[in-house]
Formats: sequence, structure tokens, C-alpha cells
Amino acid sequence: MSQPNRLDTGGLIDRSRPLRFTFNGKEYSGFHGDTLASALLANGVDVVNRSFKYSRPRGIVAAGAEEPNAVVQLGHTEAEQVPNVRATQQALFEGLTARSTNGWPNVQRDLMGTIGKLGGKLMPPGFYYKTFMAPASLWMTYERYIRKSAGLGRSPLERDPDIYDRINRHCEVLVIGAGPAGLAAALAASRSGARVILCDEQERFGGSLLDGQALLDDRPALQWVEQVLEELAANPEVTLLPRTTANGYHDHNFVTLHERRSEHLAHCAPRVEGRRQSRSRLHRVRAARVVLATGAHERPLVYAGNDVPGNLLCSAVSTYIRRYGVVPGKRLVVSTSNDDGYRAALDWLDAGREVVAVADARPAPDGELVEIARARGIRILPGSAVVEARGEQRVASARVATIDIDAFRVTGASETLDCDTLASSGGFSPVIHLASHTGTRPSWRDDLIAFVPNLPRGMLAAGAAGGTFGLAEVLAEGRDAGLEAASQAGFESAELILPAVASRRDGAAVALFQVPHEKPTLRAPKQFVDLQNDVTAAGIELATREGFESIEHVKRYTAMGFGTDQGKLGNINGMAIAARCLGRSIPEVGTTVFRPNYTPVTFGAIVGRYCGALFDPERYSALHQWHVEQGAEFEDVGQWKRPWYFPRTVNGKRETLHEAVMRECRAVREGVGILDASTLGKIDIQGPDAREFLGRIYTNKWAKLGVGKVRYGLMCKDDGMVMDDGTTSCLAEDHFLMTTTTGGAAGVLEWLELWHQTEWPELDVSFTSVTDHWATMTVTGPMARELMRELTEGIDLDREAFRFMDWREGKVAGVPARVFRISFTGELAYEINVQAHAAMHVWKALFAHGEKYDLTPYGTETMHVLRAEKGFIIAGQDTDGSVTPEDLGMQWAVGYDKPFSWVGQRALTRSDTARQDRKQLVGLKPRDPSVVLEEGAQIVLDPDHPIPMPMVGHVTSSYYSPTLETGFALAVVKGGHQRMGETVYLPCVDGKVHEAEIVSTIFLDPKGERQNV
Amino acid sequence: MFHIHCPYCDEWREEEEFHPRGQAHIARPEDPAGCSDEQWGDYLFFRDNPRGIHHELWVHAVGCRKFFNVTRHTQSYEILETYRIGERPRFTRDNPDGVVASAPESLDDSDIATAAQEVRA
Repeated sequence: MSQPNRLDTGGLIDRSRPLRFTFNGKEYSGFHGDTLASALLANGVDVVNRSFKYSRPRGIVAAGAEEPNAVVQLGHTEAEQVPNVRATQQALFEGLTARSTNGWPNVQRDLMGTIGKLGGKLMPPGFYYKTFMAPASLWMTYERYIRKSAGLGRSPLERDPDIYDRINRHCEVLVIGAGPAGLAAALAASRSGARVILCDEQERFGGSLLDGQALLDDRPALQWVEQVLEELAANPEVTLLPRTTANGYHDHNFVTLHERRSEHLAHCAPRVEGRRQSRSRLHRVRAARVVLATGAHERPLVYAGNDVPGNLLCSAVSTYIRRYGVVPGKRLVVSTSNDDGYRAALDWLDAGREVVAVADARPAPDGELVEIARARGIRILPGSAVVEARGEQRVASARVATIDIDAFRVTGASETLDCDTLASSGGFSPVIHLASHTGTRPSWRDDLIAFVPNLPRGMLAAGAAGGTFGLAEVLAEGRDAGLEAASQAGFESAELILPAVASRRDGAAVALFQVPHEKPTLRAPKQFVDLQNDVTAAGIELATREGFESIEHVKRYTAMGFGTDQGKLGNINGMAIAARCLGRSIPEVGTTVFRPNYTPVTFGAIVGRYCGALFDPERYSALHQWHVEQGAEFEDVGQWKRPWYFPRTVNGKRETLHEAVMRECRAVREGVGILDASTLGKIDIQGPDAREFLGRIYTNKWAKLGVGKVRYGLMCKDDGMVMDDGTTSCLAEDHFLMTTTTGGAAGVLEWLELWHQTEWPELDVSFTSVTDHWATMTVTGPMARELMRELTEGIDLDREAFRFMDWREGKVAGVPARVFRISFTGELAYEINVQAHAAMHVWKALFAHGEKYDLTPYGTETMHVLRAEKGFIIAGQDTDGSVTPEDLGMQWAVGYDKPFSWVGQRALTRSDTARQDRKQLVGLKPRDPSVVLEEGAQIVLDPDHPIPMPMVGHVTSSYYSPTLETGFALAVVKGGHQRMGETVYLPCVDGKVHEAEIVSTIFLDPKGERQNV
Repeated sequence: MFHIHCPYCDEWREEEEFHPRGQAHIARPEDPAGCSDEQWGDYLFFRDNPRGIHHELWVHAVGCRKFFNVTRHTQSYEILETYRIGERPRFTRDNPDGVVASAPESLDDSDIATAAQEVRA
């Protein structure tokens, strides 16, 4: 188990704790403290993936979140699978199993690679869309295969064995990033007494200090880091969140942090004392101030062959050597536009390996690091750059030539240098993603050759994130930002003395993005800009030639910065290339918008515990347990679980829905049935102006409704369209009880409040929901009175004493009750309202006495059949927000001459609302009585009309009636009220055409004699 | 996600507790019957869609159930102020920096209607 690229000493890894892991089925070993990426490099694994479009072999480029290639599928068993994990961010643990995301049959020998190689030149941007454009109907088929070969990560097919948390947090100062700037900011802010959260996406705090050799107060920087962390950890107002990525910056300083709690330990979260631990947490942080200390990402240079494994970022080379004790090769060539590139060469030399040359794009480099490199004998090639890397599965050589940046051409003959590693640096781009998430665009600074963030309100930037790079300046800026943030949040300034740092003299950098090639970009070997999406410099040039001038269009045409990458490595280079092609400056071209999330977040963390049974609250009536015990089938109505039907077992066979409903319907029409109607919305309305308010909000009249009386009301919006309906009872002169549809309860209450609070605050009235306080039991059928007599006290149930649409107060089964003679079935009916806690007692008493009447519980399906037979509408089923009371034929419920212009009245005379050919509610009787029309079926007048047929309406409710022994339906039909007796046709999806007659909506007992007994 | 100050609870609460109910200061005409179809249609259907300062009606749905007004910048999503029904906004399109001439005062309905006209103009 040798690790050929591992150094014997150095780094922050623990060589006494070896770890075994599997990559693409092969076993390797690494050390505690490694990432998967550093361990792969230590083992000399060059090819870690195949590219998205061309299937080219790809290796590790970076050491952090910006890694575009080493995106792996994690997990041993099916349930553990995690897609799109960056190997550079995945800590190594014992038994880790990972696979390349792309590549079939494997990354070394990839079938698509052959196609990509053959077809490479033939696959410009838009290739798939252009090639597979016709026929359009086949695109879905093409896409399936294209996606399979492109192979992004895949979701597990089994249930995630882990649990996740989602928690809310509040603080004065949230510091994002725990490098030198972030640590100083957090320390300064914490000393003021403010609540501070410090998060960092890496395994350890320290940021750039983890890889460097910087001395703070003449001691290694890590000692300062330890000291700061010790103080922060001891402060109860400070929360330290390592392995936590700030993924989204949202409005008003709302930041989502994804904390990976166990990803560094095992595929599944280990149990602690037998208890399940959450795998990760989503912290939803509301911060008074946010300090952005996210640092900067190095930009690679864009040159031919820059995607061959062995091409790395200079800073990544340093990180692997310094932090992980891994030298990712033997012979190094550096191509740089600035002094930082020399850091990699010097670290490489310190590791005892050969530095072939440093190609420096600047004609006369003279910084401090340049001089050190020169003194140590490193060959420096001024005014030149690597124009082409060569090699198949690994860099084999680099072609270096002198270049003229301004003229964008190669000026001298090239020299070929043997090497296996090529490190490039085009300077650093501040990590501004979070500052852009709410739409703020960054500004270009020529002196920094970088975009710096324009900060949203409440955000401060410190260090490299804001474009400040010297360590001393970074520390000072961090401290100042921390103090300022705390002070803005109302906390006193505090003392913080920063450690002394020796400053470094840097030479000026030069702006180099794409390195010129001897051939024009379109003919040169591929120069990659966005490695994850396989976007080349030629692709961007082609896009601009094809007329895509806006950078947002270029992005969409080429896919640059798409997907899980979000343009971390390639965006600036891409913009610079677009700018060159368009002859504009980079600020003129501008940037695309970065969007959350910064790196992929597992859905588990977003959902937290709100899945399975906790996904959505369920509401139960007080009688729910009884329904369950009776074996009821349930239906979801809003959040309510309502009994749908109560199947009986007859001769050992459980009834079907149809059989149960037929039986339940007959029971109500012939004997007595009972419905749990508790879920109906109930609003208690009180105040001297309650009656006036009802008159304004309902379509019909309320002025004369006496105490003890009930009235049905329709409620419209001010556009005249029906929004809800229900009955309202007069409990006292200043006290009413309104009922609403089950689903509409909350909306109606808010509607009443809206009008009262904004339009008629002068009315003295108040509203409160009493839906859950009262249980409602509907006893209905010809035998209802007989049953009620056995249990009712204090109410005279005689027909003349307690009439239809009256309500009375008394006792039912010994419990105080309000009884309403309201009927939604068309039969004699009593709606018994009792306090919810007494409901079960009353319900059971009714059944005890009801046995001799064969009292039959019925569910919502039977309720629907019974009400539809009577032509009673369900708001939201027979209406859809485009139906007026007149469309429903309910002029009887409209008070046209009420003194106040009630909500909806004016709209009824608008030209559109007064049209005669509006869709109007009618009954439909199928010619074939065995047919039950489909709800939603379209209605036509001429079935032989060529397609498209003019459609004149649709079915809103449709059932089979055991009483009428026929299917029947409610429907809306254009001008339907004038079409009574006409025949219409309903073409169905199965090709059949049903014939039906337009009839009255009232199919049963049109005079209402059955309910009025 | 917005952080909203409820002017009735006098507390900052999360957006999840609220919901928006469209443009604020849409006064229902005093005499609907006297409105032409066009005037009534304007009241029903026509709303501003400004880039910049916008006055909105919100309700503290799972809090105090009170309706109130929000002045929000539609580009930055910044909430400049929240104020009670019947109060006048401090920040307006004509006064985007909210320069205060006098403290917010209570208004009667006709004033609100006038303010709404100004806002919509």
C-alpha cells in the first residue's frame, strides 16, 4: 500500500492513522487528515473522471470548492449514494467508497471518449440541440441517451437511512470563512459581546494559513489560529461551525449554512450511545450583519491541452504539498502572470522534486518571490507562457513560447519542456458568490484584475473576498470589519491587537486569461474555460460570432458556469475571452449572476425532519378514532382527513367504493344516516355591526334574519365571482355563526378581516375561528326526527315548532348543543353542534339509539352524490373563480336592492359579467343511464365537427344515483340556461362520444318537500 | 426570505408568518354604482408594477392577523418601512430617501384615497 507521491514529513495529516478507501473499485490507502483528492494524488491516481461532453480524461485541478473535475459519487450501498461530491471537500475516512461520476465502462478506457475524440471538432456549442432538433417529438428519447452518456451524479434508489436537521439561528455577526480575515473579524466582534457565528467549509479553521509558511509574531501562523480558536470556543456567545458551507445569501441577511456533521466519519451517521445522529444540518441564520471573508479562488490560465490530467492550479500544488504532504508529480512547469505562481515552484523545490521552469508572462518580473526563485536556481522564462500542454492520460510535456498579450499572439519559437505537472496562475478572483446571490452585481477593478463585490445592505467584506491580499492588510481588515459589524449591531467597540506580520514585496501582475496559440483559437487544440461543462475558448468565440453578445446569452449557449460548478473556476476567463472577441472591456461585458447554492446541498438537509408523517400537518376531527375503528377509507380535504366512505364486509367481502356509496345513499334517502361534518369552517362573528357586515360581504339580505334563524349565503369577490358559500345563523342580535367550506375556512376568515380592517374599520364587529371548538354531526333522513326525539332535551322537535332553516339550543345526549335544521342532502336533517370534547359521547349515544333505525354513517362521497342530486354546489368544484351567482342560476340568493353596494354587486352589471353566453351551471343526464360522465370532460354541440371542435363547457360533478338509477352530472355550458332539453356530446379520451341532455340542476324533489317535513 | 417588522406586534418576524395581499392603498370607490365599467375595471384589475418603491398590503397571518402596509423596493427587495392601515408612507417614489417633514399622522379615508391616487400617478 505505497503512496508514491507522499512526502515522509510535513503537512497536517496524521501518518500514524492510515485509512483504507476504495475508488472505482480499487483499494487505496491514505491518512487521517487527507481529503479524498489528496489521497488520490498521493496514490498517483491521475484520471479521476471523464468530461461531461467530450469524455476527455480529467484529473484533479484544485484543492477546494472550486474543483471542477473530481466530482464523485459517494457511498457503498445503494441507500448511501450521494451524488456530485467534490473529492477536494470530502474528508477521508476508513472504508470510504467512491466512484467517478462519468465514464463508461470506466474512466481509463471510456467508450464515449472515442466518440468524443472523433466527434470533438464536430461538437460545437449547441451541438445537441442543433443535431437532435428534428423531429421535435423525439427529443425526449434522444435526451435520455444523451444524459446517460453525459452522466451527472445519480440519486439513490433506496430510502436515505440518515436523518437531517433544519434549525433557525440568530446572531449579530455571522462571519463566513475562517481564514485570517474571518478569524480576526470573529475575534474582534466577539470581544464586543455580540453573538457571533463563525463558519468555514473546510475540515479545519485557518483558511490560507493552513497551507502557508507565514509567521505571525515570529511564530508559525497555526499557533495564532489555535490561540484565536481557544478564545472563541470559550466564549458562550460564539458558535463555531467547521465543515459548514454558507451556500445561500438571501434577502435581509438570511443565510443558509450547510453543516456536514458526519460526512467525515462514515457514509452513514454513526450512532452515539445508541441514538441516531443527524448527518447534516441546515442552519437558517438571520444575522444583523454578515462579514464576507470567503477569500479568493485562483484562476487558471487558458491554454491548449489545459485539461489533461497533471494541469493544476499553482495554489493547489502548494496546498497539497504543505497541508497534505503530497507532491502531485515529479517534474513541474509553472505558467504564471503574477508572483503567487512562484509559491508553487518554491514549495515543489522544498519537497525535493524538480522544477523544470517558470514561464512568466511578464517581460521583467522582479518581486521578492521571483528573486528567491532565481537565487535558488529555478529557470525563469520571462515574457512567455505555456501555449500547449501535451499528453493523453497525463501531462508529458509543455510547449512554452514568448507571447505578446496585447496583440494576442505568439511571438517566438516554442520550446518543448518534458514535465508531468503543469501549474498555472492567472491571479486570484475574490469569492463573491454570496454577495451576488440577491442580485447585486460586482465591479471590475483593473488594478486587481478582478471583480470585487458591491455589498448588499448589512454585509461587510474582509480580506481577499473584498480584493485585499497582503496578510497584514487582510488581518487588519478582518478586525475592522468585525468591530464595525458589531458596532452597527449596537455593540461597543473592543480592543484587539493583531500579530505582527512581515510583509512581502510583490511585483505587479499582468492581465492574462487566454494564452495565445500559433493557430487561431477556432483551429487550435482545445483550450478549456469551464472544465466541468466542457466549454472551450473556441466555443465562446463561436458564440460571439453567432451573435450572442450578452454574457448571459453566451452562458446559456455554451453552458459556461452551469450546474454544480456555478462558474467558480472558469467564469472570469470566459468573460475575458468574450470581451476580447467582442472588442469590449471586461466591465462592459459584465458578469453573469451567481445563484444559490454555492455548492450542492442534499435535499435531506433542506427538508430536515419535515418528511414522511411530518411532511404536512394532518387535521383530525374529534370523531376520527371512531372512523378509524370502523374501517373507514379517508379522503384528504385540505389538511383534514375526512371519512370518504365506510365499507362494510358483506358475506366475507369488503364493499367497493361504489357498493358502499350506493348503500349509504339509500340509507339516507330511506332511513337515517349520519355524517361527521366537523371540518366545515366555523367563524364566530360578534358586535353591534355584525349584521351590517354580513349584508356587505354576502350577496343576499341579512337585515331581517331573526334570532333562531339560519340562512344560506353566497360570498363573491368584488369581481362578482363566487368564492365561497355556507350558512350563517343568528345566535343573537349581535352574534352570528358563519360556516364555510372545509377548504375555504382560513381564506374566508382572512377575507372578512381584510374588508373589516382596510375598508370598513368603522364597523364594530370581530371574528374568530371556532372550527376546532365545535364538532358537527349531521343526522339526516326520513327517520331523523324519530332518532332525535330519543336523545334531545329542551327542544321541541315538532315540525311547526322547529322548522327548516331554524336553529335551537338544548341538550343532545345530555350535552349542551346547538341544533340546526340545515339540509345538504335534501332530506329532513339536523346538524348537531356540541363542544368538541363531548362529540364522541354524543356520537356513540346516537349510534346506541340509532341501531333500531339502522343508523348508517356515511362519508364525503355519499355526501357529494346526495347534494348533487339536489343541485347543491360545492364552491371550488362546481365553481372555479369565473362563475357568478347568476351563472349558477342562484338569483334567489342575490339581494339586488340592498342599500349598501355589497362585495361583488357592481361587477354583476359589467358587460362581461352580464353576457348571455357565459358558461352557466346546468344538469346533464346521459342518454345511457349506466354512463357516469367523467368530471372535467369537455362538452361539444357537434361531435362531427372537425378537430379542433369548439368546446362549450365541461362537467364539474358527476356520479351515479341509486335513487334515480342513472348517472347524472352538473356541468357548466355556454348559455346553458337557455338550452334546457338540448342534446350535447362529450368526446372521451377512450374515443367514445357520450350523449347527454341538458336538464335542471335539481334532479330530485324540485319543490323541496322532503327536507321541509 | 424577508424579515418583516409587524407594526402592530412591534416585532421583527420571519416572512413565513406573513403573506402579501397585493398593492396597498387601493381604495374601493365610495359609490360603486356611479362608476363606469372602465372605472370599476381599473379598480378591480389594474395594478402598478414599478421598478423601485412599491407600497404593498401584507397580513400577519399566523401572528396578530392584522393587515398593514409595507414599502418595498422591488429591485433590491429592501423593506424601507412598515406602517399601519390609515398611516401615510414615509418613503415614496417622490421621496425615496424618506426625508421626514413631519411625523406620520393618522388619516381619514379620503386622505388615503388621495394618497393612493398620488402613489398610482
